[in-house]
Amino acid sequence: MHPAPSVIIFTSLSGLGFGLMAWLGIGIPPVGGFAAFAFFLIAYLLAVGGLLASTAHLGNPGKAIHAFSQWRTSWLSREGISSIATLLVMGVYAFNLIFLGQRIQILGWLGAALALFTVFTTSMIYAQLKTVPRWNTGLTSVLFLSYAISGGALLAGLVNIAVVLLLLLTLVQIIAWQTGDKRFRTAGHSLETATGLGNLGKVRLLEPPHSSPNYLLKEMVFTVGRKHALKLRTISALTLGLLPVLLLVAMPFNLVMVALAIVLHVIGVFTARWLFFAEAEHVVGLYYDKR
Amino acid sequence: MTALPQTTQKKLGLVIDLDICVGCHACVTNCKEWNTSNYGAPLSDIDAYGAEPMGTFLNRVHTYEVRQEGCNAQTVHFPKSCLHCEDAPCVTVCPTGASYKREEDGIVLVNEDRCMGCGLCAWACPYGARELDQLAGVMKKCTLCVDRIYNENLPEEDRVPACVRTCPAGARHFGDFADPDSNVSRLTAERGGMELMPEQGTAPVNRYLPPRPKTDIGGENKIDILAPFLEPVVNDEATQDQPGGFLGWLDKALEKI
Ligand code: SF4
Ligand code: SF4
Ligand code: SF4
Repeated sequence: MHPAPSVIIFTSLSGLGFGLMAWLGIGIPPVGGFAAFAFFLIAYLLAVGGLLASTAHLGNPGKAIHAFSQWRTSWLSREGISSIATLLVMGVYAFNLIFLGQRIQILGWLGAALALFTVFTTSMIYAQLKTVPRWNTGLTSVLFLSYAISGGALLAGLVNIAVVLLLLLTLVQIIAWQTGDKRFRTAGHSLETATGLGNLGKVRLLEPPHSSPNYLLKEMVFTVGRKHALKLRTISALTLGLLPVLLLVAMPFNLVMVALAIVLHVIGVFTARWLFFAEAEHVVGLYYDKR
Repeated sequence: MTALPQTTQKKLGLVIDLDICVGCHACVTNCKEWNTSNYGAPLSDIDAYGAEPMGTFLNRVHTYEVRQEGCNAQTVHFPKSCLHCEDAPCVTVCPTGASYKREEDGIVLVNEDRCMGCGLCAWACPYGARELDQLAGVMKKCTLCVDRIYNENLPEEDRVPACVRTCPAGARHFGDFADPDSNVSRLTAERGGMELMPEQGTAPVNRYLPPRPKTDIGGENKIDILAPFLEPVVNDEATQDQPGGFLGWLDKALEKI
């Protein structure tokens, strides 16, 4: 799949933003006043910024209002509704906390649940697609939630919790890469099943239907850059969790170290998300004899 | 609503005969011609006369080579358009309600007034049957020529999809799969009409008729029907240096001088 910057930024940033919101909602750390204001500002900038970036992927953003209508069947629609609901509930919670000095805990819990549900709906947009075997697994949701919860903990400055969660995240990510590599083959799709010609012999493409690329090839058959996948996975695994954890554990604790850990983590998230798209093979590539 | 209908009264669709298709791309051209000038936004072309021309098409023809161990290869031309799946994943993923499957005849359509061009439906389709128009930013797909098949302003013989009407080889057939006596149902039953990528669980309505078994594809008792007819030609070519008939006589006569 084409690793479009808009969807990479969208899923990465909004995941971090909603992850941070979930921690703030349950009241860990128990901030108030100006500190709470700063945390909520970061969470909202990330979540809203991510959502806005996603509209760059649309051919007709003006019609996006209709996207709230099909929650009964569409995960993308559910994601839209859930994210707006989270932003509203959390807004009320944050306003009371920051300006009135009251913590309405029930609202915080509700907001936190909504924030995590939003991340889950984002993951389901990808996990539901049978056409992309690498994504079509429950592990995709586990992965997205791990990113949000661990990244959120790091942003919230919860060093002890973040150390454990970042290591867990790295583990989940490595498992996802390993199992993902096998999924296309085990799903059993081939040019033979795609054309139904398997019983006549081995099929190969003789002539493509068009001489230059088209929307399908540009959007869904992305083969460039996969040869660097192993290097990128290594970079991602290191910056995602291992290096930030090393910084937080082995170095003297101060704000610079936390900031550095966050920067490294975000680099890891973007690299991993680039790979999430670039390595995903869509079955339509079979018709073109390339994946 | 992007919920799929439980059942549809009719199941309109196409049978595509892979034994007959000659790969001429006439269906591609006529499909584009009809659909760029009728229903919805036109099918745009980008850089049409440049180095990398790109355009929106609702129907494309791939060409494959199939080879069995120890046999000659055979060429199969393979037209592909929307299969109007019964369990269409492209419809249920659509967040705006733009994509829908009609309860009355099973045709899968896009309401362009609602489509925001997110492209998720194209991701959900295993067959590459949906293309986002690069100029209009809306999703385009085969309409089964819904604006022809019910169109009483057209003469009766034209009330079939443009690709079916134009195919010079008669490789495309249009009909109702819900009716067991229809032309498409009978063809499917007689020739073993197959689904594409059945393991995706989309239950496509369109069916593909496999190429008929070839008698001259190699093996022990290889029979080549055309070979005897071609033999004189081949021999002529092989003996070009010593032509027969009048030329041969002339050749010999001249030689003697
Ligand atoms: S062929 Fe593709 S676009 Fe057509 S109904 Fe099936 S899934 Fe949808
Ligand atoms: S591109 Fe249009 S029709 Fe397709 S899922 Fe998005 S809104 Fe629906
Ligand atoms: S039925 Fe109409 S829209 Fe569909 S492929 Fe044929 S000509 Fe194109």
